[in-house]
This record gives sequence, C-alpha cells and structure tokens, in this order.
Amino acid sequence: MSILSVKKLTKSFGGLTAVSNVNMEINEGELVGLIGPNGAGKTTLFNLLTGFYVPTSGTITLNVNGTSKSLGGLKPYTICKNGVARTFQNIRLFKDLTVLDNVRIAMHKNVKYGLISSFLHLPSYRKEEDELIRKSMELLRILRLDHKKDELAKNLPYGEQRHLEIARALATNPSLLLLDEPAAGMNPAETAQLTELIGWIREKFNLTILLIEHDMSLVMGICERIYVLDYGMIIACGTPDEIKSNERVIKAYLGEGLNNA
Amino acid sequence: MKKLFEINWIKTLVSLILTFVIIQLLISLNIINSYLQSTLAAICINIILAVSLNLITGFTGQFSLGHAGFMSIGAYVCALITLRIPTIPGFILGVFAGAVTAAVIGVIVGLPTLRLRGDYLAIATLGMAEIIRIIFLNMDKITNGAAGLQDIPQFTNWAWLFLYTAGTILIISNFIKSSHGRACISIREDEIAAEAMGVNSTRYKVTAFTIGAFFAGIAGALYASTFNFIDPKIFGFSKSIDILVVVVLGGLGSISGSIIAAILLGIITTYLQAFANIQMILYSLALIIIMIFRPQGLMGSKELSLSIFNRLGNSYKSKKGRV
Repeated sequence: MSILSVKKLTKSFGGLTAVSNVNMEINEGELVGLIGPNGAGKTTLFNLLTGFYVPTSGTITLNVNGTSKSLGGLKPYTICKNGVARTFQNIRLFKDLTVLDNVRIAMHKNVKYGLISSFLHLPSYRKEEDELIRKSMELLRILRLDHKKDELAKNLPYGEQRHLEIARALATNPSLLLLDEPAAGMNPAETAQLTELIGWIREKFNLTILLIEHDMSLVMGICERIYVLDYGMIIACGTPDEIKSNERVIKAYLGEGLNNA
Repeated sequence: MKKLFEINWIKTLVSLILTFVIIQLLISLNIINSYLQSTLAAICINIILAVSLNLITGFTGQFSLGHAGFMSIGAYVCALITLRIPTIPGFILGVFAGAVTAAVIGVIVGLPTLRLRGDYLAIATLGMAEIIRIIFLNMDKITNGAAGLQDIPQFTNWAWLFLYTAGTILIISNFIKSSHGRACISIREDEIAAEAMGVNSTRYKVTAFTIGAFFAGIAGALYASTFNFIDPKIFGFSKSIDILVVVVLGGLGSISGSIIAAILLGIITTYLQAFANIQMILYSLALIIIMIFRPQGLMGSKELSLSIFNRLGNSYKSKKGRV
C-alpha cells in the first residue's frame, strides 16, 4: 500500500516550470532516493510535499493508518501534524536554543495543556513537561546527543547539527520522513556512519523515508528504489542497479556524447 | 526533580515578600517620600510595559511599535470606569476591563498585521497606535478629546503596583518556560523551521501579541489611576519608543533585563531632574554609552535568576566540606 502518492504534480514560478507532471508512489516502509543534477527541482518537490509551496496543479495524497488525506494547499504545520517531517538542505536549527529545546519544540504539537496552565504552571503543566523531557532525552540518547542537551545548537560541530536536525524531525513522530541532503558536507567516514543511522532509525521508528542526496555511495547503498529528476521531470525510476545503467540518467549527469552533438 | 521545583517556588515567594516588605518599610519610614513614590509607580508601570513588549519583540521576534496604543486603551477604559464607580471594586473592574479591551483589540489588530514581517510590521503597528490615539482624540463626548480626563480617582498604592507588577512578571516568565512559550521563541529563531515542526506560527504570533496587549492594558490602567490625569498626547509615538528603549536596553529576550533597565532608567530620570535643561541630552548620552559597551543589552538574552544564589551556596558548601 502506498503511503504517499503524487499525481501529475506541477509547480511553475512565472514562466519557469520547476516541477513538471511528476508522478510518484512510495510504499509504506520503503526507503526511496531522489536524485538529479543541480537545479533539477528536488528541493522544490520537497517544498511542495511539506506545504511550503502550493502546487500549480496535481495532487499529493498521504495514506496513514488507513485514512487518506490530500496534502495539496495545506499549511506546513498541518502537514507536519499529519505525519510528514523533514530536514533542511541548509541546516535550519533553532540556533540560539539548547539541543533539548530544539527537540522539545518539535514535540509541541502533542502538548495538551492550555494557556492558563502555562501561565500558572498548574499540575498538568508539570506532568506533561516532565514527560516531554523524558521523551526528548530518550530521542537524544538514540542519536548520541544526550550529553550535549544543554549546549546551544549553534555550538555543535557540523555533523552533530545534522544529527540534531534528524532528531528534531523524529520528535514530531512522523510516518514519512523527508531528508534533504543529509550527508551534505560530510566526509566519507561520517557519511558511512550516517548511512547506517538512517537504516537503523527506519527500523526503530517504523518509518518510510524519502531522501535527496548527491552522495552516490549513500544513495546506492541504502535506497531500495530511486527516482531521477531532471529539468523538473521524472526521467527514470527503479532499483539502484537499473538506475546506474539507465542511459537517460547517464546523459542527464554527464551530458550527451560528442557523436550525438 | 519535583523537589527542586518546589524549592525554587518557595525561593521566589520569599524574595517577592522580602522586596515588598522592604519597600513598604522604606515608604512608612518616609525614606521613599511622595516624590520618589511617583518614581516608584512609574518604574513599576514601565516594568509591566517592557516585560509585555519583550514577549512580543524579544521572545516572539515581532517588531511592534504600537505598545502605547494598547496602554492608552487600558488607561481610558479604567479611567472612565473609575470616574463613574470610584470604589475599590470599581478600580479592580476598571483594570480588568481595560486589560481585556486591550487584548481584544490586540487580536483584531494582530490577525491581519502579523502576516507582515520586520519593518513592515513595525510600520503597521505604529499606524495602529496612531489610529487608536486619533480615535480617543475625537471621541469628545466620552474622552473629553484633547483636554483629556482629569481627577481620575487614585487607588494605586505600593501594594497594588507590586501585585500587578509581580503578577505580570510571573505569568509572562511562566509562559516563556512552557511549551507554548517555546513555540513563540521558535518563531523568532526560524519561522520556516518552526512551521515545519508543527508550530502554527500565525496562531502563536497572535497569542503573544494578545498577551502583550493585555498587560499593556493593565499598565495603562495603573498609569491613569496613579497620575490622575490622561490625555491622548501621553500615548503618542514617543511613548512606544520609550518602552522599546527599555526592552532593547535590558536585552531582547531577557525578562530580568527589562526589569533592570526599567529600574535603571527610572532612577536616571529622577536624578536628571536636577539638570532640567540638559536632561534629555544626558539621558540620550547614557543610552548611547550603554549601547556602545553592551550592544546586546544589559543582560543579552540571559536571565538573572535565583540559581546564582544556589551556585554561590554550593561553592560555599563545597569549600566548607573540604575544610
């Protein structure tokens, strides 16, 4: 059963069509890669899926727990509440807040106590706040950030900032996780570690993952299926081996051969 | 964890009672004479204004230049009620009604304007405050227009001022430490990321704006009752700027900073009365000097808390232990 189904999705900015007629099916529990040359429209597609852009045409349907919901035109926070979380290509942590606060904010949507309770710190406040800290620390422990809970996010080394972004996305308790270039700027050793981590959190949290990545060792290593985007259009879809030998993909990445010129 | 929370609570209570009793004592011994008492009132009102504006500007990151507008609503509503019901219950009702009216106007103004960002929001809120002022100026029959309202019954004394000031500080700092408060702060940090993490940014901006307006209304009501006289001129653009100065000087995002700055500026203003001619020059100079040496404000975004005493206590204990 597909958890995300995208049909004929198009987004144009004035005369430029950044995403054109994209069809995509992602099955529950799958780990799918989205690759393509720079400017192909990968991040635009993510922004459409998470509500930061409103589609020009086409539909996005999310099927979670047997109910299907159309995401087109919904606000980002509503999409998040429906179980889609994301990370950002250029890290967007709450820089001047602590590691713990970054994660706690992402859990805010499940907080039930009201404003009055927050003004007066009534017992319901205490109970839920303790629970928030407990859950956040559990998550931080999993991502090996628990010993840095009181550090400001901006003071973390780069790799840990990337991990914190993932922790924060997981804190929203998603069914579908979108990772935008999680390995950008990492060295091969860090990338290998991240690859392992992504596989592991998928099992642990029962996630479906869609990731954008330029690092082919990561993409070919863990993705079960890959979509290739070029000039806003899906030009290929298949297993890593199929993609590696697909002529259109090679052409998109390396350009046309001289004999065709 | 739980025990620690209770100890903190007791410490807060004790320090509040101490502050109240000491000042009350100074008043009854006439060390704080009636002139200094009006300075004290002005400081309390400025603390309420600055702390509530800090919630909007310092914590939620929405640059508002309209705080005097909300203050004027509280002042006029409370003045009009206490002029008709000059009793203590009338005063309590007046403060409450003033605050609620300001909060309602806060919601009405906030919903459309908080879609704007940065400079645009500042100009929109500035315009809003001016509109409120002009309305009060032209409602001759009710507000007595430019001549203002005189002989407003005075009910405020140190006890009332302290109650409202401490209440404002406690409620707003409690809010900041709650999940709702963190949602507001996340908007300041990165609105896009906040939205992606499930924070309804419009809702929390309006919430912060409304809470801020509510307490500005209280401050206005206290102002009317303390100084017996209000007119629309008092609540002009420069009043909004004065409040913003306190917030920036104390540090955006620091409640204790706002409190310290309000007290400091209150004292500076009082002592500069002696140099009436060059008072504003000296005041501005003092601001410039502070801003050069502490561009992030006196406190930055840090809080002065009772945990400092904890730390001092602990280091004392550990020293004693070693001996």
